[in-house]
Amino acid sequence: MASANPPSGTAVQMLRRPLIESILARRGDALVITGLGTTCYDVFSAGDNPLNFYNWAGMGGAAMVACGLALAQPARRVLCITGDGEMLMGLGSLATIACERPANLSIVVMDNEHYVETGMQGTHTGRGVDLAGIARAAGFPVATCVTAQDGVPAALEAIYGPGPVFVNLKVNPAQPPMTLPMRDGPYIRSRFRDALLGPAVAHPVMIPAPKQA
Amino acid sequence: MAEVTTGWPDDVYAELEAAGIRQVSYVPDAGHSRLIQRCQANPAMRTVSLTTEEEGVAMGLGAWLGGDRHVLLMQSSGVGNTINMLAAPIEMRVPLLMLVTMRGEWAEFNPWQLPMGQGTRAALESVGTLVYPVDQPEQIAPTVGAAATMAFNTGRAVAVLIGQRAIGAKNWNK
Repeated sequence: MASANPPSGTAVQMLRRPLIESILARRGDALVITGLGTTCYDVFSAGDNPLNFYNWAGMGGAAMVACGLALAQPARRVLCITGDGEMLMGLGSLATIACERPANLSIVVMDNEHYVETGMQGTHTGRGVDLAGIARAAGFPVATCVTAQDGVPAALEAIYGPGPVFVNLKVNPAQPPMTLPMRDGPYIRSRFRDALLGPAVAHPVMIPAPKQA
Repeated sequence: MAEVTTGWPDDVYAELEAAGIRQVSYVPDAGHSRLIQRCQANPAMRTVSLTTEEEGVAMGLGAWLGGDRHVLLMQSSGVGNTINMLAAPIEMRVPLLMLVTMRGEWAEFNPWQLPMGQGTRAALESVGTLVYPVDQPEQIAPTVGAAATMAFNTGRAVAVLIGQRAIGAKNWNK
C-alpha cells in the first residue's frame, strides 16, 4: 500500500531480502549501485553479478554514483539500492537528481528506520521524516513509500518504469544472515567496466601492426 | 585587484575538450564562471549543478564506471566537504579530476576564508590526492592538461589548485 504519510516507528513486517530478490529478479541488464552496509550485503546475497557495484566507502554518495552512471549510460536502467541512513546523509543529491531528471535512474531505499551496523540506533525516518515526501518535494515525478506487501507489485512496476523514480520500502529492522561481497576496489571497478564497456575500453592495449610483406 | 584579465579559462576549456570530458559538475565560484559558461555551451558536455561538492566526487565515480570522463569544479572551501567521499575513488583507483579555485591564500580580504584556504592542500593530500598548485595564469591550462593525463591514465584523484594570484582577488567594490 502506498502512503503519503508513512507510519514512522510502527512495526513493519516486510522482510528486506525477499524484497531485494523480487526487485533484482527483473533486473535484466540493469546496473546496480548499492549503499554501504546492509544494502551492499543484501544485493550480494541475491546473487553476485559483474554489473553490481558494491559500495564500501563514501556514505551519502550512492545516489550520486548512480546519477553519474545513469548520465553516462542513458540506454541502461540504473538501480540505486540503499538504506535510510545512507540516503539521509545525501539528501541534497535528491535535489540535484530531480533537476537532472535521468529517466533511467531508480532509487530504492530499504528503510528499516535504524542504523543496523552501528548498534540499532534509530534514524530520523523513525521519527517522522518522510524520504519519499522529500523526493516528491524536490521534483521526482515518481516518489512513493510502500509499507506493506500489497504495495510491492506497483512499486516493482514503478522501479522499472520512467524515471527518475524514488521508492521507499519500509522493512523490518531484523538483521538477515551476514553475507560479505568482495572488497577489492580495483577488482570491483574493472569487473564492472569489463562487463559494461568491454575489455577494449576498460583495458586498452596497443599491438604493433603486422609488417608489410 | 583585477578581475579575470587573461584568457586562461578558455584555454582550460580547450584542455577539458581535448581530454574528452563528458560530464562537468560544479559548485560555482566566480573564478570558474567563464569556464562553466563554455562547458554549458557545448552539447557534448553535460553540466550538473551540485548542492555540495561531495556529490561531484560520487558522480565522477559513477561516470567512470559508465565510461564517461568527468571533471569537478569547486572553490577551495568546498574541498573540506569532499574528504570522506574521496575514499571511494582513491581506494578503487578511479580517476577523479578536480579544478579548485583558491580563497584564503593570497591577498585575501575575508579572514573566515583562511582556515580552509590554508588547509586545502594538506586536506587533499591527507587522503591521497595528487595536488598541483598553479599561480601563473599562463601555466593554468598546461597544468590542467597534465593533471587530466595523470588522472585518466594512472587512475588517481588529481586536484589543480588555481591560486588567487592568478585569478585576481575578489573585488568587493564592484
